[in-house]
Amino acid sequence: MFGRGGNGGLEPAGGIPGRLQAPSRRYGEKAIQGVLALCGVLSVVTTTAIVVSLVGPTIGFFEVVPIGDFLFGTDWTPQFEPPSFGVLAIVAGTLNVTLWAMLFAIPIGLGSAIYLSEYARPRVRKTLKPVLEILAGIPTVAIGFFAVSFILPEIIQPLWPGDLFGGAVGKPFMALAAGLGIALMVVPIIASISEDAMSAVPRGLREGAYAMGATRMDVSTKVVFPAALSGIVASIVLAISRAVGETMIVVLAAGSTPNFTLNPVEAIQAMTSYIAVTATGDIPTGSISYKSVFAVGALLFLMTLVMNVISIRLVRRYREVYE
Amino acid sequence: MAGPGAAAPRSRLAVAGARATTRAMLGNQPRGDVIRNMVFAALLLLAILIALAGLIALLVQAFVKGSSALSLDLFTNGPSSIRPESAGFRPAIIGSLELIAGVILFVVPIGVGAALYLEEYADKTRWWNRLIEVNIQNLAAVPAIIYGILGLGFIVRGPLDLGFVLAAGSLTLALLVLPMVIIAAREAIRAVPDSIRQGSLALGATKWQTIRSQVLPASLPGIITGIILAVSRALGEAAPLLLVGAAAFVTFDPQPFSGGYTALPVQIYNYATRPQEEFQALAAAGIIVMLVVLLAMNSVAIWLRNRYEQRW
Repeated sequence: MFGRGGNGGLEPAGGIPGRLQAPSRRYGEKAIQGVLALCGVLSVVTTTAIVVSLVGPTIGFFEVVPIGDFLFGTDWTPQFEPPSFGVLAIVAGTLNVTLWAMLFAIPIGLGSAIYLSEYARPRVRKTLKPVLEILAGIPTVAIGFFAVSFILPEIIQPLWPGDLFGGAVGKPFMALAAGLGIALMVVPIIASISEDAMSAVPRGLREGAYAMGATRMDVSTKVVFPAALSGIVASIVLAISRAVGETMIVVLAAGSTPNFTLNPVEAIQAMTSYIAVTATGDIPTGSISYKSVFAVGALLFLMTLVMNVISIRLVRRYREVYE
Repeated sequence: MAGPGAAAPRSRLAVAGARATTRAMLGNQPRGDVIRNMVFAALLLLAILIALAGLIALLVQAFVKGSSALSLDLFTNGPSSIRPESAGFRPAIIGSLELIAGVILFVVPIGVGAALYLEEYADKTRWWNRLIEVNIQNLAAVPAIIYGILGLGFIVRGPLDLGFVLAAGSLTLALLVLPMVIIAAREAIRAVPDSIRQGSLALGATKWQTIRSQVLPASLPGIITGIILAVSRALGEAAPLLLVGAAAFVTFDPQPFSGGYTALPVQIYNYATRPQEEFQALAAAGIIVMLVVLLAMNSVAIWLRNRYEQRW
């Protein structure tokens, strides 16, 4: 009735049941599967394209600038004659901002996560989580503007203790302002991934601890926190990766002065802001400045790639343990 | 022998006794412990309040600073470097709308297609399917500016060689948010229980018929939520566009395949870098416009998720 082989399972007793088979070869189904697979493969093409577009000009760059001078030099003066391409100056800028961002974002993010997961009543949690998600959805150009026109003049400059590190007054750009802006950006990342990890800790562990007379603080810090540690570390690593790769906040608030320092009140240039500022100007294709954008990009890509791989592995680990 | 009637008071006695013992034990908790617990709880509350205060301060500051420049001129006037009082965002807003249209055209079929392939067809034990999976997770965390470099080296110049046109910017943004769409769509598809697929297959539907008439409709709210979130990300992203030509000073309505273009976040950045108070106000007004649109989109996404979230 349904064509050949379609009723294979209903063959008279004694015969070997044939395989259940569609009445036709269903080329349409195969074609659809092929098209969908192509969509999946496109993501691999994207990665390949990223690598290809980075590698070519980067090799061209290292034909002119020795790789040792690039990786270990601390002077970044591409516009000088002769130019100097010591990438450590702008790597330090990136690390400077990231360091101060994490100093604020980790305690605030983890505190929020523990509060949401262990302390907040379900209704409070149901309202606060979407609010944090809204914070995560604010464009970074808005946060950068906020950092340079509010955090810097209204918070850092009035509160900065005197001449510490050279004083904060009168400076239009500083690493700390960008750091606080980035902290605002990554707090929701840390809070939401850590909260997921903490919520995934089985209730039995908590109840066991409470039954032994543990307080809520003991349960949070000595039971839930260690049990969720891989997820927490993953959230922090991901946040660092986001901070390192963030562009608009640093370009607006931290300035564009390459500066080999971790001093929070200095103006600096981060790797991302070098890329953005240089590529925005009219630079001729093939010039050494043009190629330096790709060399810095390649280094940035490698740095974030390592962190992302670590973070993805850690998340997978806690999912495997408890789900 | 105690009858069934006596069991109730006895167990009540037991509960009361246990409660009294527990109270007595808790009362004996060292005072230091109680104080430490309260301080800890207060610190946690403080942490989340700081995060919320940051969000509120950002919104209030944009409004206070931008309210003087907030008028309908923002939507009708082009940018100006000399007359900030009549400058606006018209080309930037139109540019952003065109960019987003391109992103949706590209990302919806390919993102959903890739998600369907990975969830419904791919054999997870094959190395190439695992490669695609890990690769998508990595791509989701690649910095936006790297996509700008990809756009510059691969789309604007290099193999595709489109030049600094709006379509190149749109394609760059689409590649940036594609992993987000795939990941969200996969989660939505995965949440559809297997029994629905099996029921459909048992009735004689082919695999694609099952996907088209059962799996896709059931996972649609989740997929749409993911698409809205991805589009709102694309709308607010400035960094990659700086590298693929959107930094141009454009006073006309941008065209997809020719001439310069700009986008709302890039125009905001342009105004924000100028020191004059009027331009700062313009930047803040632009931020208000952008945030209103984004908050509306995100609210719809969250509402969709809560309204149609199904527990099977």
